[in-house]
Parts: sequence; structure tokens; C-alpha cells
Amino acid sequence: MNAVYRMIGQRLLFGVLTLLIISIVIFGATELLPGDLARALLGQSATPETLAALREQLGLNEPAYIRYFNWLGAALQGDFGVSMANKRPIADLISSRLGNTLFLALYAAAMSVPLSLLLGVLAALWRNSLFDRTANALALSAISFPEFFVAYILVFWLAQAGFFPSMSNVNATTGFAERLYLCFLPALTLTLVVTAHMMRMTRAAIINLMAQPYIEMARLKGMSPLRVILRHALPNALAPIINVVALNLAYLITGVVVVEVVFVYPGLGQLMVDAVSNRDIAVVQAIALIFAAAYVLLNLLADVLSTLSNPRLLHAR
Amino acid sequence: MGFVYTGLYIALALIVAGILSWLFRAALVTVMPRQTARALRTAPLTASFGMLTVLLYVLVALFAPLIAPFAEREVVGAQYLAWEAPYYLGTDALGRDMLTRLIYGARNTVGIAFATTALAFIVGSLLGLWAATVGGWVDQLLSRFVDALMAIPALIFSLLLLTIFGTSVLSLILVIAAVDATRVFRLARSVAQGIVVMDYIEAAKLRGEGMWRLITREILPNAMAPLVAEFGLRFCFVFLSISALSFLGLGIKPPTADWGSMVKENAALITFGDITPLLPAGAIAWLTVAVNFVVDWQLHRASGLKE
Repeated sequence: MNAVYRMIGQRLLFGVLTLLIISIVIFGATELLPGDLARALLGQSATPETLAALREQLGLNEPAYIRYFNWLGAALQGDFGVSMANKRPIADLISSRLGNTLFLALYAAAMSVPLSLLLGVLAALWRNSLFDRTANALALSAISFPEFFVAYILVFWLAQAGFFPSMSNVNATTGFAERLYLCFLPALTLTLVVTAHMMRMTRAAIINLMAQPYIEMARLKGMSPLRVILRHALPNALAPIINVVALNLAYLITGVVVVEVVFVYPGLGQLMVDAVSNRDIAVVQAIALIFAAAYVLLNLLADVLSTLSNPRLLHAR
Repeated sequence: MGFVYTGLYIALALIVAGILSWLFRAALVTVMPRQTARALRTAPLTASFGMLTVLLYVLVALFAPLIAPFAEREVVGAQYLAWEAPYYLGTDALGRDMLTRLIYGARNTVGIAFATTALAFIVGSLLGLWAATVGGWVDQLLSRFVDALMAIPALIFSLLLLTIFGTSVLSLILVIAAVDATRVFRLARSVAQGIVVMDYIEAAKLRGEGMWRLITREILPNAMAPLVAEFGLRFCFVFLSISALSFLGLGIKPPTADWGSMVKENAALITFGDITPLLPAGAIAWLTVAVNFVVDWQLHRASGLKE
């Protein structure tokens, strides 16, 4: 068991290091500007006085590394500074929306993960059948569709006929069941977009194993094909499947941006898009940091889980 | 009932597409030189459908001013007119002809996506090949730098960069190219690493070939197959992210005709049961699917699988 803890500890340390580097990139990106941020925000026609005032307000008079440590230290305590557009504390803007975004991502994950595993196993079971070919062609198409196309097709089919609302205007007082109903279309859109990829990878991971001697052995002793896949192939295919599931969950968290805009859903993505068009850099940095942290965390989780799923990796010789 | 009709239309469209692709493949086989024709004969229908589509888009993009009935930015009538002649697909929110803007969109959206991909590709693959060939600390430095950039989700990173540099077409191209170049770098480097250990590279080095010649004459030709497939896939990614950003109002902006922003501008129509705003979105999806089909075929060919 000791080896497991050490492995998890190592990965955690590595994850923290990655996050640190990401925070440097996110913060340091503003230093790429010719001139500085104040000049870029105000344009060429700015007077020296307004420039100086904005620099003072943004704290640009201090060297970059001091500003970085101040920013990071405050961010770790949940203080992201104030929005430049409306002067409200960013933490307040984010806190309610973060919950909404996580709810939507989890909702989509709860639908897409079981669905894609089921479809992947079935496609592997009936490989090269009509079902497999249709599922594959549909999956390839779904991967190539822009999210807003899928979203608007669903709106056209399901919202237009009055089954589901085309706008998911939830607020703090919306109940859970109501929330599930209001968010169904955005969640379904995300499900369709990520299911294809997960299904294809599940199928490929299982089929890769089908030529192994132990699969042939299981087949020769008269096991049913479904049992061969569930008992012998699936446990050995877990590592790649866990990885692709985590990758897609990470994608869900960032993929919500477009979907939130389509369905006017009050989440982080929508806030970020508004902040980008206002060039509200502090808000964008804060949200980028949150999204990146979620991304790193999920990849870390996948790494640990897929190592745990393979006993051979745990007892390295 | 609506679903039955939709199903019938889709089935009909698939049959027509199948016949057209079959004819197109037959035509290609007779026109092309022998070597190419042999490869084409075994191409699946999906691949020939993909090639037909790409050809169609290129033609529309090249001859847009000749095909389009009106000028790109011309206001020709009232807003949201129905699908009647002379406005075959109606008009948009400002009364501009929808069909015209769809046709010009092929030029703007696809053109910008192609330029961006090409830029990302040149920068990414040259740096990747160079890093693999030189090795040592240059390789370590570049690779770790790219790793750090890739740890941030692509869309989020592009949004961050767009905030900093402002939203214009030029910064859109540069930002997306920079983000995607990191992915190309990864692939080019890993492909080249398998090649630089070969004996003929050693021989070329001993012959005294310079770095540029080594990369372009010895390594690049042998890394071509995976890179070409990657170009197709990368184009799809770039095309989709540019459309997504334009849709969000952060990419190509009106009055330039662009498919992503056209969907956004006219989205209100969908709730009234009008499918016009789905057309530009469909145009994006169609091209992406087509390119994916061709890439799928090429990858299958390159892998040497006979199934």
C-alpha cells in the first residue's frame, strides 16, 4: 500500500507544480504586450494623466514578479481583485456562477459516461455489424459538428415543439427538479458532443485486446461473447478508458463556454465571454485559472485511477 | 409527422450523396494519372464524398463574386424575408441576402481558417523538427515550454490571449495559430525523433549537410505522411475554434460575412421554427465532416491495414 501513497503523493506534487507554471503563464501573458496593459486598454489617444491613473489602479508601477506574488497570494485566499468593468469583487461574480457551471458539467457527465461506455461495449461486441458502422459514422460526424450547431438543432427539434425551454435561466432559488428540466437541452448538447469520442475510444480499447491469448482462451472454453468482454477485456481496457473519460470531463468544463452562451445559462463561460469582449483582464485571468485548475485536477485523477486499475504498475520490479 | 419527413429527407440526401460520390470517384479514376488512380479506386465512398465536398467549397470560395447574386455587404430588402426569389434563402437581420453571405462566408471563414492552419503548421512543424534534430538543451527548453502552454485548455488560452491583444482578425489568426502550433510541435517532434536515429541521417550529417538541408531534404520527406494527416485534423480544429470564437462575437466580425457570426446574428429565428440560421452552422459541419472522412481514409492507408 505504501507504494500507492507514494505514487499519489508524487502525482499531487507534480500537479501543484503544473498549476504553478500555469499561473505564471496566465499572469505573464499580459507582459507580452508591446508597451503595457494600460496603454493597450486605453489606446493610442490616451492622455498621460489617464494612463498614469490606470497604471496606478492596476498596480502596474511595481515590478512584474511582485505583482505576480501578490496576485497569487490573494487568489489562493479566494480574493481575485475587482472587475475593471463594474468594480465588483471578482470572487462575488464567480462564486454563484461556478456552482452553475459545475452543475451543468456534472449533469452532462452523468448522462454521457454511462451512455458512451454502454455504446462502446456494444459496438465492440457487435463489431463490423450495421450497428457498429452506424454508431461509428454518427460518432465521427458528431465530433466534427460545432457545438452551437448541435445546440440549435436540439432547440429546433425539442424546444420549438415545446418539450423543453430554449433558455436555461436558472437562479439561486430554482429547485433541483426544475433545474434538471431547465438544463436538459444544454446538458444533452454537451452529452452528444463528448459521447462520440468516449464511445470510439472504449470500442478501440476493447478491440485492441481481442487478439490477446487470454481472450482466445476464454472464448475457447465456451464463454459467451458478452461475458468475455465484460469479464476479461473490459478490466484490462480500463486504463485508456479512464483517461479518455477524464479528458472529456475536462473538455466538458471548458466546452460549456459556447453552450452557456447559446442557452443564456448564467455560468462561468458566459461571464468569461463578456469579460473578453470588455477586455476585463482580471476577470479573464481568474476564470482561466479556475478552468485550468479543474483541467489539471481531472488529468491528475485519471492518472492515479488508471495506475490503480493496473496491478502491474503498482508493483514495479 | 415532422420527424418522418425529416427522416425521409435525410435518407434521400444520403442516397444522392452516395451516387454523387460514386460518380466523382469514377471520374477521378479516369482523369488522374495511373499511380493516383490506383489508390483512388480503393477509396471508400465516404472519402470520395469528402474530396467532392472540399472541391466544391474551394470552387465556391474562389468564384464567390461570380456565383453570388448580390454584393457581400449590400442591404437588399427588408429584414428576415422568407425564402422567395430573388432572395432564395431569405434575408438576415439587416436585410442582407442570406445566400450571398453564405457564399462569401466560404471565402472568409474557410480562407482565414486555412491561413491560420498553414501558419500554425509551418511554425510548429519547423520548430518540432528542429528540436528533434538538434536535441540537447534546445529540445528540452522548447518541449518544456510547449508542455506548459498545453496544460491550459486551448479555448481558455485563446480567450485569455484575445483579451490581451484585443479582438481583431489579425490577432485571431495569430492567437489560434500560436495555440495550435504547440500541438503540431508535439507531433512533428515525436515523428522526427524516430527518424533522426536512422543511419541515413548519420550519413547525411557525416557528408556535412547543414541543418536546414538536413531538415528539409532528409527528415521532412520521411515525416510527410503523418504530418499531412495532422494538417487535415488540425484544419478541422482551427476551423471549429475560429467559428466558435466568431459565434461568441470575439472572432471575425460583421459586416464581413462569416458563418460563425451569421449563426449568432440570426439565432432568434430558430425559436420561430425557421431553419435559416442552421445553414451556416451546417456549412461548417459539412466541411469538417468531409475533411475528417478524407483524413480517416489517408490514416487507414498509411497504417497499411487491410480490412
